[in-house]
Amino acid sequence: MTTVKTKQSHQALEAVVVRFAGDSGDGMQLTGSQFSDTSAMFGNDVATFPNYPSEIRAPQGSLYGVSGFQVHIGSVEISTPGDNVDLLVAMNPAGLKTNLSAVKPGHGIIVDTDAFTHKNLQKAQYESNPLEDGSLDEYQVIEVSMTSLTKEALKDVEGLDNKSITRSKNMFALGMVYWMYHRSREHTIDFFKKKFKKKPELIEANTKVLNAGFYFAETLELIPNSYTVAPAKMPSGTYRIIMGNTATAWGFLAAAEKAGLELFLGSYPITPASDILHELAKHKHFGVKSLQAEDEIAGIGSAIGASFAGDLAITTTSGPGLALKGEALGLAMMLELPLVVVDVQRGGPSTGLPTKTEQSDLLQAMYGRNGESPVIVIAASTPANCFNFAYEASKLTLEHMTPVILLTDGYIANGSAPWKIRSVAEMPDIKPRIIREAKNSWHPYERDEDTLARDWAVPGTYGLEHRVGGLEKDKLSGQVSYVPENHEHMTQVRAEKIERVQNYIPELETVFDDEGDLLVIGWGGTYGTLYAAVKELKQSGVSGVGLAHFNYINPLPKNTEAVLSRFKKIVVCELNNGQFVSILRMKFNGKTFHQFNKVQGLPFGNSELIKKFKELLA
Amino acid sequence: METAERKYTFKDFSSDQEVRWCPGCDDYVILRAMQKALPELGVKKEDVVFISGIGCSSRFPYYMDTYGMHSIHGRAPAIASGVKLANPDLSVWVITGDGDAMAIGGNHFIHLLRRNLDINIVLFNNEIYGLTKGQFSPTSTVGQKTKSSPYGNIQPPFQPGELAIGAQARFFARVGGNTPKEMTEVFIQAAKFKGTSLIEVLQNCPIFNNGAFAKYTDKAVRADKQLFVEHGKPMIFGKERDKGLVLNGLKLEVVTLGENGVSEEDLLVHDAELEDPTLHQMLVRSEYPLVTGIIRGFPDVTFEERAAHKKEQVKKDSNFTKTDDLFFSGETYEVH
Ligand SMILES: Cc1ncc(C[n+]2csc(CCOP(=O)(O)OP(=O)(O)O)c2C)c(N)n1
Ligand code: SF4
Ligand SMILES: [Mg+2]
Repeated sequence: MTTVKTKQSHQALEAVVVRFAGDSGDGMQLTGSQFSDTSAMFGNDVATFPNYPSEIRAPQGSLYGVSGFQVHIGSVEISTPGDNVDLLVAMNPAGLKTNLSAVKPGHGIIVDTDAFTHKNLQKAQYESNPLEDGSLDEYQVIEVSMTSLTKEALKDVEGLDNKSITRSKNMFALGMVYWMYHRSREHTIDFFKKKFKKKPELIEANTKVLNAGFYFAETLELIPNSYTVAPAKMPSGTYRIIMGNTATAWGFLAAAEKAGLELFLGSYPITPASDILHELAKHKHFGVKSLQAEDEIAGIGSAIGASFAGDLAITTTSGPGLALKGEALGLAMMLELPLVVVDVQRGGPSTGLPTKTEQSDLLQAMYGRNGESPVIVIAASTPANCFNFAYEASKLTLEHMTPVILLTDGYIANGSAPWKIRSVAEMPDIKPRIIREAKNSWHPYERDEDTLARDWAVPGTYGLEHRVGGLEKDKLSGQVSYVPENHEHMTQVRAEKIERVQNYIPELETVFDDEGDLLVIGWGGTYGTLYAAVKELKQSGVSGVGLAHFNYINPLPKNTEAVLSRFKKIVVCELNNGQFVSILRMKFNGKTFHQFNKVQGLPFGNSELIKKFKELLA
Repeated sequence: METAERKYTFKDFSSDQEVRWCPGCDDYVILRAMQKALPELGVKKEDVVFISGIGCSSRFPYYMDTYGMHSIHGRAPAIASGVKLANPDLSVWVITGDGDAMAIGGNHFIHLLRRNLDINIVLFNNEIYGLTKGQFSPTSTVGQKTKSSPYGNIQPPFQPGELAIGAQARFFARVGGNTPKEMTEVFIQAAKFKGTSLIEVLQNCPIFNNGAFAKYTDKAVRADKQLFVEHGKPMIFGKERDKGLVLNGLKLEVVTLGENGVSEEDLLVHDAELEDPTLHQMLVRSEYPLVTGIIRGFPDVTFEERAAHKKEQVKKDSNFTKTDDLFFSGETYEVH
């Protein structure tokens, strides 16, 4: 091939969405995360979202076996993995077919023409070859025989089997994308060096293919444009890209260290929560005890036991598992012991849509127990702040002696974003109510005057032997009591204790305008999509629109009513049939709440939100 | 477990709560046997924890002046596992009933036995649901008439020992509910055993299932119908100590000493420490004689030992001591 420099133009962009799609075996997750890591290190703000098939080894080339990874990078603040795609890399016909609708008309698609065989087209249920039948005319299709070019690039590397050769074609694609967006290959080459430490031939091979893709793009007339996305303005500091589930796990590690306690996790695997278990199972060096239990009930049961014995105890699950934990959670509430339950929500009901996102466990978290059984409910709203809210859940449970449910969801749990690393030293203090020595005339259910929290007397402490249980107990001694007035008193105290948490949580903030025509309300994992939509609306010149996003749900922030009163209209946006709005209606009877709901297992799209907001503003 | 410098008597373990079981219930016997066993263990009172589920039997922790939790139906094994993992120095006891352990809590029960945490389980088997006033349980016999089986139970029962050993129980003992001395001794041995110990108490419920075990436990027949096994001793029973057990092919057989030239040397000698549970299962299933005492006590590595070993290994190979080491490790980058 002769190297001819063509007139390729450069264009500066604020933000770009790239999606990599291919077979489960094509390494799309790795390719995507390399692109996002490299971009983050270059200084872009980034957000990513994976989309795996639910089958573990789906048949090659099939539509349901397509694995995707979307990366949104920007010189501006990036709050979502992006709706529409600027560049699609499709490694086979199935990848093209399942992702085409996301590509903005007129934008780019890179395909591996070698994969567009008769057989693969059939598997993707194409009647004719889309590369030939004109159906892609409105896109800029860049056809590359990637598999052959990869083989060609590797013909001189010794010790490679056929499989390793074809497997590395994803790096050819990555090389091309790096050239298109002016990205350095350095980070990825370093990554090869670490990953294949013991297989130098693979370091050589992957580097060669990455370079080949890069140079191919450079010399190719097919690619008319290259783009630059300048670094974003972000607070200075040390960063890393973090996934929501990892951030959750790390928040607990930090909290345990700060509180001076050991961390105990009792859990049963379930999508999309298992990664928290996987992550914490790694950290035995910090004294983390993780028990993969026989079921969800044993997961929470063991956590209750560990809490009784003085550990920071947590249990992690998703909707179906939370249902199983209900009775035991009621016990923990009754015992007034610290315990964090994480529910990484997924599409329900029943088994529902295990790999898709939804916010439909809110009412289960609030009320899914027998009896009057309030607990603290909080929700994380971005992949990175899963760290903060896991930490906050631990702090609240240890200082208020009541279980906390932390809600996240599949979207933020699997999504990743830059995290400005928080050293444990900068985190707020956590003061567990553990008592290590007998006091005179101590009673198990005597309470702190301000928080109403009781003391945490753990087995092994001389002189504090006592019994707790699920039966109603006397307000002071904790002995079983059937006295009617005592039961009513205890019921009120347990409710009041949760209400008083209001005094220890931040007030509700509004982003954009803090008074005016429309208040957009969201909670939990929808923050990024709501923020992006309101921002776009604001940029189009609309005024008097604010966003109030809730992380604290039970209790609500103290100033909630005041915030609501400053707007003429309120719209509550949720990925369910209207659960949070029903709580708001109950608490703020008399106010009108509009709602926007979506129950498709998918996050909100930018345009549907803006459309709804405009309607309400009209 | 640290040893106590203080010397306790059974009174030190009695709480100030009034005991509320029905008069004549064997639960009283078990309570007293436990209060007598604990001072013999040399364990500090504050290191003892009782975790129960729900049932008449599960009221037990309220009556013990130790740490305790009366939890929810069937879940005590899971909760106790958490207690033990959080603090392996504690002496942890599960108190459970036949319904609590083998109906609603069956899953936790078998998994605790399989994992082999150093926890002692006292199973109050009265072959009935006591607290809910008399429905059949997973150990009720076929034909047993109860409130929920007015025409006779048609569900074949579990044999707790058989189920437990099938779930890899390393320690299984059975005692009559009316033999407090033997019971105290079995509790002491169970507590000393490292690993999950299961003690099945044949507990008479005079209200809803009176006399369920009378044919084995009545004073008049006890010696003739029960074989109390002891490790290393020949299997002899009978008022006259003239009966014994031998193995005939794949079956246990009762023989009479002195008849057909049978002497003590011909009898099976009890080996509780056998890893192979075949013989223990035969003893568990035997109806004549009913075998009591420590049937199985096979020493094995405990879950806590495995966990501690893994933790040491991981610690040795890790550079992380503080969470900051983890957070700032690997792929980080600076924004200026
Ligand atoms: C979730 C739940 N289901 C049912 C019950 C009702 N219940 C309480 S105790 C019990 C059976 C107890 O039988 P057993 O375990 O044999 O104990 P016993 O009373 O005989 O000692 C039942 C069904 C309950 N408390 N909780
Ligand atoms: S019902 Fe039976 S088991 Fe329960 S306390 Fe009364 S006698 Fe004992
Ligand atoms: Mg019973």
